[in-house]
Amino acid sequence: MLDKSPQALTAAVAADAVRSGRSAERGVVYVYEAPVRLWHWINAAAILVLGLTGYFIGSGIPTMPGETSDDFLFGHIRFAHFFAGYVLTLGFLFRIYWAFMGNPHAKQIFYVPLWRKRYWREVWHEIRWYAFVAAEPKKYVAHNPLAQLAMFFMFTLAIAFMIVTGFALYAQGTGNDSWQYMLFGWVFSIWPNSQDLHTWHHLGLWMIVTFALIHIYTAVREDIVSRQSIVSSIISGEREFRD
Amino acid sequence: MGGAAETFYGVIRRQGITRRSFHKFCSLTATSLGLGPLAARQIANALETKPRVPVIWMHGLECTCCSESFIRSAHPLVKDVVLSMISLDYDALIMAAAGHQAEAILEETRAKYKGEYVLAVEGNPPLNEGGMFCIDGGKPFVEKLRAMAEDSMAIIAWGTCASWGCVQAAKPNPTGATPIDKVITNKPIIKVPGCPPIAEVMTALVTFITTFGKLPELDRQGRPKMFYSQRIHDKCYRRPHFDAGQFVEVWDDESARKGYCLYKMGCKGPTTYNACSAVRWNGGVSFPIQSGHGCFGCSEDGFWDKGSFYDRLTTIKQFGIEANADQIGMAAAGAVGLAVAAHAAVTAVKRLTLNRAE
Repeated sequence: MLDKSPQALTAAVAADAVRSGRSAERGVVYVYEAPVRLWHWINAAAILVLGLTGYFIGSGIPTMPGETSDDFLFGHIRFAHFFAGYVLTLGFLFRIYWAFMGNPHAKQIFYVPLWRKRYWREVWHEIRWYAFVAAEPKKYVAHNPLAQLAMFFMFTLAIAFMIVTGFALYAQGTGNDSWQYMLFGWVFSIWPNSQDLHTWHHLGLWMIVTFALIHIYTAVREDIVSRQSIVSSIISGEREFRD
Repeated sequence: MGGAAETFYGVIRRQGITRRSFHKFCSLTATSLGLGPLAARQIANALETKPRVPVIWMHGLECTCCSESFIRSAHPLVKDVVLSMISLDYDALIMAAAGHQAEAILEETRAKYKGEYVLAVEGNPPLNEGGMFCIDGGKPFVEKLRAMAEDSMAIIAWGTCASWGCVQAAKPNPTGATPIDKVITNKPIIKVPGCPPIAEVMTALVTFITTFGKLPELDRQGRPKMFYSQRIHDKCYRRPHFDAGQFVEVWDDESARKGYCLYKMGCKGPTTYNACSAVRWNGGVSFPIQSGHGCFGCSEDGFWDKGSFYDRLTTIKQFGIEANADQIGMAAAGAVGLAVAAHAAVTAVKRLTLNRAE
């Protein structure tokens, strides 16, 4: 975790300015490196495809008219789901790699410092801020503590869960001798009846839908209300503090 | 019931079956087990030289549908299995002996074929109240099961009862009915789930064990791979309709008459491992989906407790209401959506009032 006091923030801005040769006057810190940004958008697209196709796979589509041999719509929907699943998985693996190779902020979504008292005080402040009790938001270079909490549990863990359960379900189609089954077959020791696995995979979808709602709303809201760039930061990589 | 020392070949020759018919039978069995042409010779050789495997068939808490299925096997005919291939030394249902005479066979087999006989169990033991819910020969069935399992070579758990628990183990399970593998933990157990299992699957499994003198390869859940490694869905003849996106929407609609996929009617073919869509029933005549009704997953763990047979998702009862994952998820996402909208509205109002104050 980085120190979040105003002095430290100014220092972070200054240090970053020295490194990148930018003016410290603008109050800009380089937070999201290019690979993180690229991953973010590819990941977002994959989740969009996975969510939509997943919903259709789960509930079925309106019956196609005409000859059976002319249609392969459900097959194509499933193919898109599997394809996007691979994209998501490879992206996630890359993102774990980048947590080690990238800047300190790149690690933030992979842990929560639950053991630090100060972290909890800061979470409490964020809760007060979102409950309209605290008048001023604290500023953070990367995710705020509450965002980090949501990121870790609703995104990182949820996506990992979806990857594992997803590949286990995929292994049902590829068969007992496939590498998917070798790697993920253990999931069926937890849920011997794969119907339960489908049920959990559906619940995972709704967890991620809920996350996306909160994620997009708070990103836009904080961009406007707390006088720092959020939305443009995931495009340019830079966080600007506007006062 | 004949002595176990005789070979299968010896028995059928005595019954007047020609050597030619015997070899035909071996080829057929090899084919039904999915083995190559060479295996027919191996089977013939085994049946000519190996003494028949003694089998003890016991009944716990069950409905006898497994036996009903078993006696309808067409390939091989069950009479061949029972009278020739194996030495079925004890089966309370179809044996001639009764009472003390019958019980004596158990002790005799245990002593004479220690570690050599196969214990086939239909149904499961209830454990509550010291096993008093199922009394067999004056003793709780669980005691009889433990005693006979002790000296057996392997155990075949016939049906969903013995494999998973089935209806008598459905919530709240008042008798404490427990699948075999939770009671006997020190013997190899083959699970042959299904309510009942397919007749040909049962007899083919017995053929395999008698032929090769060993157990077939089992999957992670202890089921023979040769019959349970694929889902109903994987071999379903309606699969092209699934891939095309052609579904039955309500019973008796146009799609149902055209024989479209029953996915939306809650068919559990995609989550059920069994051989129904390949082997089919009643000598290969039909199976549930072919008759127009979805699979309801009778060979899967806890299939009575997963909610409706017409819903592909498990019913979740933790919320006090009965709902499935999609209903709960959609409600949660909707609630969060509303909360987000309300929060945005409050934020906007606050900003407006602040701006005005400035």
